[in-house]
Amino acid sequence: MTFSPDLEARFARLLESYPPGRRRSALIPMLMYAQDEVGAVTGEVVEEVARRCGVTPLQVDEVVSYYSMLHRQPQGKYHVQVCTNISCLLRGGDKLYEQASRKLGIGHKETTADGRFSLEEVECIGACSWAPAIQVNYDFHHDMTPEKLDKLLASLEKIQ
Amino acid sequence: MPYNDPSPLEVRILTRRFGLPDSASLDTYLAHDGFQGFERALKLKPEEIIEEVKLSHLRGRGGAGFPAGLKWSFVPRSSPKPKYIVANADESEPGTCKDRLLMEYDPHQLLEGMLIAALAVDAHAGYIYIRGEYRYLIEILDRAIEEARARGYLGRNILGSGFDFEVYTHTGAGAYECGEESALLESLEGKRGVPRIRPPFPAVAGAFGCPTVLNNVETFCAVPYILREGGAAFAALGTPKNGGTRLFCLSGHVNRPGVYELPMGFNLLRMIHEVGGGVWKGKKLKAVIPGGSSCPVLKAGECDLPMDYDSLARAGSMLGSGGVVVMDEDTCMVKVALRIMRFYAHESCGWCIPCREGTMWLRKLLQRFHDGGGTRADIGLIGDVAKSMLGRTFCPLGDAAAMPTISFVEKFREEFEAHLDGRPCPCERAGEAVAV
Amino acid sequence: MAELVHLTIDGRPVEAAPGTLVIDAAKKLGIEIPAFCYYEGLSLQAACRMCLVEVERAPKLLTACTLPVAEGMVVRTATPAVAQARKSMLELLLTNHPLDCPVCDKGGECELQDMAFRYGVGESRFAETKVHVPEKQFSPVVFFDAPRCILCYRCVRICNEGLGVNALGVVNRGAVSEIAPNRGDHLECDECGACIDICPVGALTSGIYRYHARPWEMEHVGTICTFCSNGCKTTLGVRGNRILRGNNRDRSGVNGEFLCIKGRYAFDFLHHPERLQSPLVRSGGELRPVSWVQALGAVAERFLEARARGGRIGVVGSNRTTNEENYFLQKFARQGLGTGSIDHRRTGDVPALLSALAGRGDALATVADLYTTKAALVVASDLAQQHPLFAFQLRANWRHHHARVYTVTRGPVREDQYSVQALRVPPGGELEAVESLAPALRKEPELVILFGGGIRGAAVQRLVAFGDSLGIPVKYVCLVDYSNSRGAFDMGLAPELLPGYQPAPNPGLTLAEMLAAPDLDVLWVVGANPLREASLAAEKAFVVVQDLFLTETAARADVVLPAASAYEKAGTVTNTCGEVQRLRPALKVMGVKSDLEIFGLLARAMRLELGGARPEPVFEEIRANVPGYGVPAAVLATGGAAQTCPAAAPEIPPRPDLVRPASDTLFTSGTLGRYSKVLSSVLEFPGELYKGAGE
Ligand SMILES: Cc1cc2nc3c(=O)[nH]c(=O)nc-3n(C[C@H](O)[C@H](O)[C@H](O)COP(=O)(O)O)c2cc1C
Ligand code: SF4
Ligand code: FES
Repeated sequence: MTFSPDLEARFARLLESYPPGRRRSALIPMLMYAQDEVGAVTGEVVEEVARRCGVTPLQVDEVVSYYSMLHRQPQGKYHVQVCTNISCLLRGGDKLYEQASRKLGIGHKETTADGRFSLEEVECIGACSWAPAIQVNYDFHHDMTPEKLDKLLASLEKIQ
Repeated sequence: MPYNDPSPLEVRILTRRFGLPDSASLDTYLAHDGFQGFERALKLKPEEIIEEVKLSHLRGRGGAGFPAGLKWSFVPRSSPKPKYIVANADESEPGTCKDRLLMEYDPHQLLEGMLIAALAVDAHAGYIYIRGEYRYLIEILDRAIEEARARGYLGRNILGSGFDFEVYTHTGAGAYECGEESALLESLEGKRGVPRIRPPFPAVAGAFGCPTVLNNVETFCAVPYILREGGAAFAALGTPKNGGTRLFCLSGHVNRPGVYELPMGFNLLRMIHEVGGGVWKGKKLKAVIPGGSSCPVLKAGECDLPMDYDSLARAGSMLGSGGVVVMDEDTCMVKVALRIMRFYAHESCGWCIPCREGTMWLRKLLQRFHDGGGTRADIGLIGDVAKSMLGRTFCPLGDAAAMPTISFVEKFREEFEAHLDGRPCPCERAGEAVAV
Repeated sequence: MAELVHLTIDGRPVEAAPGTLVIDAAKKLGIEIPAFCYYEGLSLQAACRMCLVEVERAPKLLTACTLPVAEGMVVRTATPAVAQARKSMLELLLTNHPLDCPVCDKGGECELQDMAFRYGVGESRFAETKVHVPEKQFSPVVFFDAPRCILCYRCVRICNEGLGVNALGVVNRGAVSEIAPNRGDHLECDECGACIDICPVGALTSGIYRYHARPWEMEHVGTICTFCSNGCKTTLGVRGNRILRGNNRDRSGVNGEFLCIKGRYAFDFLHHPERLQSPLVRSGGELRPVSWVQALGAVAERFLEARARGGRIGVVGSNRTTNEENYFLQKFARQGLGTGSIDHRRTGDVPALLSALAGRGDALATVADLYTTKAALVVASDLAQQHPLFAFQLRANWRHHHARVYTVTRGPVREDQYSVQALRVPPGGELEAVESLAPALRKEPELVILFGGGIRGAAVQRLVAFGDSLGIPVKYVCLVDYSNSRGAFDMGLAPELLPGYQPAPNPGLTLAEMLAAPDLDVLWVVGANPLREASLAAEKAFVVVQDLFLTETAARADVVLPAASAYEKAGTVTNTCGEVQRLRPALKVMGVKSDLEIFGLLARAMRLELGGARPEPVFEEIRANVPGYGVPAAVLATGGAAQTCPAAAPEIPPRPDLVRPASDTLFTSGTLGRYSKVLSSVLEFPGELYKGAGE
């Protein structure tokens, strides 16, 4: 399986970051970056990464299923992650989650039929002092309010 | 200033460059004392560097508060194996969001801290293990590393000293447990984030089985100041045995939540009222989690205390990772306890019985209790199950789940009783269980 | 030897070598510290937390399974805090456990049940819904019931560390963590079943045994596996004259608890529907069932007649019959029938090794040596495929003692994973490759050389000369293929050899020559199937076959005598290292007789004076007469393995041309293997791993 030249370059750098004979160390970063490009950790990605890191596909699976940010199925184009852990909860994170769920018509770890949005109720994302917070893909949205959430979802809806 | 305005009560040592134009650049860093700590360290013997850090009473900012200098001194410098420096940037403890700022606004400070540690233990490679959600920080750090390398502050023969040191970023992929040092190392080696049997500790057998200095980001960030100004100067900022300042992440029901750098031993009530502008909406204070979700909760009446490791230990809680979560009088404690347990059940790595089964049981029990299906016996059971985990799990995650739970039941028993007899919870929803 | 460390456990002093774990030190005192995840020989986990103990001056309870002894350490295992910890661990464990003991295979021998009984509390306070996951079938032999699993990771470790197969892992995290197979929903592995036996609960069950019996209903018969030449002890669980399972949980025998798929499951050939249960005699061109008296009478008459007129008689013996049978058969042939034409299918050149060693009995390695030797060299054999116990032993040796292993094979083998050097050579090039290793091997303190059937004749001599030239102690194993291939040679099933490798005065035809001789009058085949790959030139020859099944050879026979298998008889067999062990009959099959009994009856019918045809007297005769077999009887009687040390007479003519290794895989075993449904059911996995690559 081939990846984009940029990703290949990144992989090459990655493999150089670890001591000799330790290419397995590149496993998790490789999976994350491959997922960003391919959209999911597909069976093909598992096989390929296993080969490059010198492990078995089962060893890759053990890892993929352990980490909550690695997904075997594609997420929506916009993966909306609402934090409901304490700091966010205290400032209405749970309500935001319900609101997002209502608006998008999907629940936890579901994806809209058009593949545009997926939703996940996540654990603390390190934005506690600017709670409630949401992450869309890798972008943080701090100090959220119901109005800001509506606007955010509407703007994402519009992007081509 | 990023994200929140500074407070006049702050003592800005680690955060002093925050808010400067282009604060993440090497030029800004160098214009504001950057790499002076390292230059001084170059003139010292390794033992003297470590001595300086010991003198500073710098205690680990990741949660456990272990004296940093002492930890470094455990590394067998003479070992023929390579040594490594690992910065713990996993920052996943609920209530904590400080390392993020240190890396975003002043990445070179972290690099310098790691470099000084490397010099002290003779390491030539370092890794920054960054939680997967902080992807943008990888770009910032990689840029900073490139910049530092290009100008001779990293790489081969640093500043002509003959000393080599490379730093690499390494992303996590969503697992709280990977903040635990030995699980982090497993993850760094491409494995499931399951902790290791200890001893040996990382100082002796850490990354790739080699001696490793593993510290929290904030811990490393304090090191350049200590080397520049001297350990004694840093120590003097705090209270005895609790040197320096620390970054407190004030969140929850306060008027001005934010990350504030305050001297060790700063009074908690003053922090809430004078730094954080008091409890929001004119409400009364009910409780505070003083150091991230793992720490036993304090009732309002227990909050008049200095924020340092020893004072909090005396109060039956912990300073933890500096996440101060403030709760107003309307907060449902059953709901908070449930939400915290949902977190731990979701994050338990599943390795050992007491944590894996205990968190799952408590999550279900608290959920049923919260939903009005609890009995009086269940209140005792919650505490019992938590106690059956305490001190018996493979790593401290089990304790982190058990300790706050025990404190919620003991300190807010009446709220648990108010949920009895099928009475609906005074609050609306604590959310369905996150599918673990 | 380092100084011993002194400590007290429950007030009793004990000393132990430095590095000993407290859990093992306690065992020396007879103090049991309960544990699920701790397993001798496998990596430490400290996951189950059952072994928590109190240690003076430690602030909390510590796991005895990871705690090395220390001078002056004071350990307490019977305090209220320890008892309470065990109780709560069991309570927690049972929260998600289905408690379906009444229908669980493991009931009665379940470690969780035992622990709950000994250390647990009666009632559960868990009132929530349990996680339910449906049962899964991982392979024809392996089933997995996740809710019963306590995640002790024993199965994962035995598979990955013990076997080096890496077919099991753990997926997900937290309370939904689960054991998972390597091919998505199924396993591609050795199907050895070690994971099932090592499981302390009923989470992994065997497709062969599940739901068939309660452990206490079975009789447990310890005998020797009838398949390969490694000689594993297998304990057969027998109920109602049926074998229901095989394992070796008591770790007796040369193999400890190791067994491969054959030893653990392939006993099912016994009950194959085509099993012969009546003698057959050809009449009108067809084989028809007759009584034993008629069949034996017919054979005796033809044998006497052939002998009387000096006809050519050929006898073919077996790689799987007992030493007693083999010994008796050669005596029958040579003395009773007056023929020197006796042979068996040779799978390795044992005589060449023994004559090259010229009587150096101490240069013959045992199975135990493979676990202790500092270095080993594997030549022309795919151990994991063909000698699974040896592969296991070497791997364990490497894991536990860092043994240095060298391989010289045709293709990649599993031992490469940890070999210090792995050389790839085409057949014929092995010796040169071996010699290229001399500088490295010379630095080893000692060496065991194992070589396959591809190394024979002069090559064996050259190999031994090479070993001698190293200047270090070297031991050898000549690898042969089946459970008593070694015994067939030892007992003189070869025209040129009398028992104990003495030269035969009048050597007759070899197996190939018998088949090719157009004027052969009688061919008597005992437990072999030469006509599977060759044809019989003598169209008129009278053919007698003793076998379990109507094999290609039996189908050509004039008389077929149904024989008992190794699991139905007593006697001894010798493994490829030369270790003798005893068989014990596990059951009786109607209508069949052991080969030895058949020989006895035939001898009587022919009025031959060959001595008693019962295993014990014949073995006594072997002990007394066969050089190298004077082993201590007590060792065998108590179920042990006794090393023989035969020495071949130098004048034995080398016959490398007659050696034809069988190239079986883990899932095949000559003709017999075809009749095991279990073995044929896993042939669906022709993975790279399973292509014989050794020779
Ligand atoms: C469950 C668990 C999670 C942890 N998470 C973090 C974390 O996110 N960041 C961190 O710096 N330390 C974390 N720690 C603490 C580390 O194990 C370790 O003590 C720390 O990184 C050492 O650095 P320090 O001495 O500078 O604090 C965690 C510990 C546990 C038990
Ligand atoms: S290794 Fe050989 S003797 Fe042992 S169980 Fe397997 S086939 Fe039988
Ligand atoms: S045996 Fe010690 S933790 Fe399992």
